[in-house]
Amino acid sequence: MRITQGAFSYLPDLTDAEITLQIAYALDNGWPCSIEYTDDPHPRNSYWEMWGLPMFDLKDPAGVLLELNECRKAFPSHYVRLNAYDARYGRQTTAMQFLVQRPAKEPGFRLTREESADRQVRYTLHAYAVDRPEGERY
Amino acid sequence: MTTFGMRPPALEPEATRELLPHDAVVDLAGERAASGTEDVLTALDADLVGLAPVKTRIREIAALLLVDRVRARFGVATGRPNLHMCFTGGPGTGKTTVATRMAELLHRLGHVRKGHLVSVTRDDLVGQYVGHTAPKTREVLKRAMGGVLFIDEAYSLYRAENERDYGVEAIEILLQVMENQREDLVVILAGYRDRMDAFFSSNPGMGSRIAHHIAFPDYSTAELEEIGRLMLASEGYTLSREAEEAFREYIGLRREQPRFANARSVRNAIERARLRHAGRLVEGSDRVGLSELTTLLPSDFRASRVFQGGAT
Repeated sequence: MRITQGAFSYLPDLTDAEITLQIAYALDNGWPCSIEYTDDPHPRNSYWEMWGLPMFDLKDPAGVLLELNECRKAFPSHYVRLNAYDARYGRQTTAMQFLVQRPAKEPGFRLTREESADRQVRYTLHAYAVDRPEGERY
Repeated sequence: MTTFGMRPPALEPEATRELLPHDAVVDLAGERAASGTEDVLTALDADLVGLAPVKTRIREIAALLLVDRVRARFGVATGRPNLHMCFTGGPGTGKTTVATRMAELLHRLGHVRKGHLVSVTRDDLVGQYVGHTAPKTREVLKRAMGGVLFIDEAYSLYRAENERDYGVEAIEILLQVMENQREDLVVILAGYRDRMDAFFSSNPGMGSRIAHHIAFPDYSTAELEEIGRLMLASEGYTLSREAEEAFREYIGLRREQPRFANARSVRNAIERARLRHAGRLVEGSDRVGLSELTTLLPSDFRASRVFQGGAT
């Protein structure tokens, strides 16, 4: 099952050239980029691991792409995403975020139904990938 | 609060130029004018006095990049030229100034994408402890991408006397990026000649990866005078005729003294002359006109210790 989160996730995976264009767009707007990776695909997992520090003062996308490739090399089968942060007063939020790498095989999620009080049914998402311990999931 | 759209504006369609047929003729002068390099080269000629070998080499580099561009339009493939440079020369010969111009020039010729200059020294590249150097160097390299990385006093990266120095690590990372990411940045090393020679002999990989070794000659007295006049003009000062003589004499004497730093010494001399000039005006008459405010007199120079055989 293909994970769709962040921007562009319903498109085919972006090529490096397309990623470079997106980074250039972010940098032209003055948004510093940062890179994060994880092997826990749950949609509510918002705390991904940071790859290095956010990259301030860059002028050219080549620098971001360099770090991106370093991260891909270190974690060849993790999810890797790129954040662009808009620090302007009044905005101060992630302005753009998209996946730049995903594992070759994504096992998907199980929907767990739980019967609780008064015949209510609660639903939980459980990623098959997280059955295995961290670091051995993909 | 600024407004922002949900999607970025449509990217402009990439200009895909048709390859020219084999018998086509390209107007090289037109190409040259269109690239806008002529402005930079002319400004270089006008603002920088002397430095003939440097200017020649820069013109050659500009010509090479231009010709490469025209060749590409015919579909003749050329590898990206190696444009890493090494500027060697005495103190105050204009290495940093030329590097700034070089960044602008390479940008106009389309060799680097942004054309900014990141100027660093040993402190910015080499860390204090194990594992500190690599991220520091990489940080600097990332910042310089798309532009020019100017490493001042590059010989200080390598310290032969201390074998636990981390400078070697920085050099290794630098070499790797210089070799593999030629299209992303141009590295310019600068330093004094003898020390740079020692640096290259202990790092043979570095010397061979740099295509352009440009030597900055020391200025002659006449050139220094010309430089001084340009500096004065840019700050709105003029010399009285006697002051010109004093200034010439000053430069001649200063050249002979230790720690002479070419244009930098001239700049310092002018700074001090301005100080004396200001002091003289404040001490002297109450009423001054434009000519008093802008004219330096011989006494402003002759008060210098240089004339008594001192160092400054």
